[in-house]
Amino acid sequence: MQAVKRVSLSQRISNFLFLRPRLFLALLLLPPILWLGVVYLGSMLTLLIQSIFYLDDFTGQVVREFTLRTYGELFTQSNLDIIGRTAGMATAVTLAAVLLAFPLAYYTTMHATRRSKALLYLSVVLPLWSSYLVRVYAWKLILAKEGIISWFFTQTSLSWVLEGLLRLPGIGGPSLSISPIGMFLVFVYVWLPYMVLPIQAALERVPASLLEASEDLGANALVTFRHITLPLAFPGVVAGSIFTFSLTLGDFIVPSVLGNSSFFIGQAVLSHQGTSGNIPLAAALTTVPMAIMALYLIIARKLGAFEAL
Amino acid sequence: MNHNRPPLLLRIAALFVLLFLNLPVWIIALYAFTTDETTYTFPLPGITARWFSVAWNRADMWQALSLSVRVAGIATLLALVIGTLAAAAVSRSKFFGRESISFLLVLPIALPGIVTGIALRSALGLMEIPFSFWTIIVGHATFCIVVVYNNVLARFRRTSWSLVEASMDLGANGLQTFRHILLPNIATALLAGGMLAFALSFDEVIVTTFTAGQQSTLPIWIFSQLTRPRDRPVTNVIALFVIVITSIPILLAYRFTQQGDLAEERKK
Amino acid sequence: MQPAISFVNVSRHFGEVRAVDDITLDIMDGEFFTLLGPSGSGKTTSLRMVAGFERPSKGEIYLHGANVSQLPPYERAVNTVFQDYALFPHMSVAENISYGLMIRKVPKAERMRRVEEMLALVRLPNLGGRKPSQLSGGQRQRVALARALINRPPVLLLDEPLGALDLKLRQQMQIELKIIQQQVGITFVYVTHDQEEALTMSDRLAVFNNGKIEQVGSPSEIYERPGTAFVAGFVGISNLISGSAAEAIAGSSESFAVRPEKIHLAEAGTPVPDGRLSADGRVRQVIYLGMYTRYTVELDLGGELTVVHQNLETTSMDVLAARGKRVRLMWNRTHMQPIGD
Repeated sequence: MQAVKRVSLSQRISNFLFLRPRLFLALLLLPPILWLGVVYLGSMLTLLIQSIFYLDDFTGQVVREFTLRTYGELFTQSNLDIIGRTAGMATAVTLAAVLLAFPLAYYTTMHATRRSKALLYLSVVLPLWSSYLVRVYAWKLILAKEGIISWFFTQTSLSWVLEGLLRLPGIGGPSLSISPIGMFLVFVYVWLPYMVLPIQAALERVPASLLEASEDLGANALVTFRHITLPLAFPGVVAGSIFTFSLTLGDFIVPSVLGNSSFFIGQAVLSHQGTSGNIPLAAALTTVPMAIMALYLIIARKLGAFEAL
Repeated sequence: MNHNRPPLLLRIAALFVLLFLNLPVWIIALYAFTTDETTYTFPLPGITARWFSVAWNRADMWQALSLSVRVAGIATLLALVIGTLAAAAVSRSKFFGRESISFLLVLPIALPGIVTGIALRSALGLMEIPFSFWTIIVGHATFCIVVVYNNVLARFRRTSWSLVEASMDLGANGLQTFRHILLPNIATALLAGGMLAFALSFDEVIVTTFTAGQQSTLPIWIFSQLTRPRDRPVTNVIALFVIVITSIPILLAYRFTQQGDLAEERKK
Repeated sequence: MQPAISFVNVSRHFGEVRAVDDITLDIMDGEFFTLLGPSGSGKTTSLRMVAGFERPSKGEIYLHGANVSQLPPYERAVNTVFQDYALFPHMSVAENISYGLMIRKVPKAERMRRVEEMLALVRLPNLGGRKPSQLSGGQRQRVALARALINRPPVLLLDEPLGALDLKLRQQMQIELKIIQQQVGITFVYVTHDQEEALTMSDRLAVFNNGKIEQVGSPSEIYERPGTAFVAGFVGISNLISGSAAEAIAGSSESFAVRPEKIHLAEAGTPVPDGRLSADGRVRQVIYLGMYTRYTVELDLGGELTVVHQNLETTSMDVLAARGKRVRLMWNRTHMQPIGD
């Protein structure tokens, strides 16, 4: 090959970077790190900063002085109720999601043919990626007082069951579409794919040879499931629970659409930062789900969930 | 694959969950044709298609739709560039803090939307930046990056580095190698990641609520409609439209990564 | 005459590890030169430094007198055939082969013509339209070769190109590669861990061990006069005699190597002719390998010698009967190679 006398700019850049691989790496990383550092980490920082300011009730302005009184406000009864209510719902949703997700994940991994496996995977992934809001809305239709579910209960002469449920204190309400029961159903529905996928991934990683060995050593299907499959799938369960718990803690859409007047954390945050402009309180309140999730993540890591992600 | 026949109970349970996941959305399709305009009565009192033309004539809906498309488009573009750069860096070199980068990228999507939303809101408030088209985009791009990153990273990892060496050995410099060898090989991953990012941005409502001010993207428009009893079936028509529109890129993205996904899953 | 490739005190460190440790080597124009050694011996790293994929930590590399140590691969007049062939999956065979020409903006008509030429040279006519995934391993290997040769490089580097092929195909390709090299007339630098391959194809070879070059020479030199114990053991089977046994047999306690095919296996008590050395022992093991038989003989003086005999007249029954027998081993004094180590 002849040496070219006139070296083009792109060639010169290429040669320059070739001899300096570390510089090239730094250049590659600069935009992502800048963006995430400035935009994301930066705004997280301002979140914390805002939470140590406070809102002056008289002027309605945010006072930029260091104080912990905003955090103190979190301990009022109404705020504690909000937090407890949200955490309780998150727990219930997580448990239900595990119970529902496991059979599907297990079936797909262990019993589905390759063709149907793709189809099953798609039918979990497609709802996941299609519009979240629309999916919540669908349940508003289904759970409506005059809607399908009521019609079904009436047709089977079981409406007394429905009315009984709705009369239960704490979880009942005027209709399914405006009650904690309804919210619970919708939460489970929207977050279910987030639980199915990690469990499925964990189950896929169980080598078939382990199961065969267990059978070979005399264990029946149930015993194999309990002692081999379940413990190995557990990290997937934990991973999925991170999603369902975290998403429920922060959500305001479902409570707004299907809830009554008792607020969840998400609604409280939205309302505080909205018309009243109480960003400090909104920020402080947001740190609660963050703290809960940080704790959860630490525990989850100890339980080995991160390999399942 | 277990060659024993699965127990009946398992099959019923799996089927139930499958139906639970997929049926509800199609109920909306049903209600898009109802004549009842204020309630959700079942069975449907009557069938009509007029809501489609009513929806068509709603100017506010078109505004919201146009905003959603523009935001999603630009956010996706940003995510494609930043995500690919990050994926290139992480796939090739082992550097200090490599895992932190992956962690950092996934945070915006892993933490609840409300956290990202209020964080951005705090920053906007602190720096007294007004809400605008661009504040929405900044939020969207941030959580879309990881979607592109994951797809492109997986593809980079599956692309043998000796291809790059061979190209250089044959006389192509870095830029030419990227253009002739790398780009064609990651093209479908870029497409898949881009489409997923678009769908994610198009559908997003939580972070958008905090960064949009007075403007409405389509999800925000739908959300506002949910509390209004007027023209209910119009909402159903729009909802149906949204389902169909977002299904298309998802299915396409799936097609593009399908062989890769199955191969990865079998390897696990 | 200026060497095609020159290594001058070249080292390559990866942290603490010295993959290549101060080597100096000249490879001449038109040679088929092999870098031979076990895994991790530094042969591949050395090749990659010539190609430009690695840069020396110390020392310089010269191509026809020009110092190329800091040049990127795309500015060096060498081409490489990779171990995994590295064919571009999204391009056809013809596009793969003409890639180098396309980069250098050679007009299409000429590109096509030269692709046809190359396909004929590697004996794959009419396969231009296929994709690499549609080819067998052997065919892919030839496309990789064509892709490199079409650029008419003065030097071709081959990194264990036959490793993935089965034995028969490998042996066939060894001969074909040698023929192509002689036809095209350029320098081939070949890396392998297979000593048989190295002996078959090379004009000269360098034996690598732990980042250093133990010996450079022609196949017969390396085989018949190994310079170190490592070379004696790595290339062919070595029988090392040292210490007291060497003393008793050869009159000196230096280490010696004797090739197994140079030892004659005779019945115990056979008289020893002039000019030959001998040792007595018992046959411990006999392995019949079709073409030849391998005997392991325990020496009375201690140690073992491996002896290889062509099965000219003997059958398997005959040779296996030798197990346990007492024998006298004899070999020519000139076939004993002193090993300095």
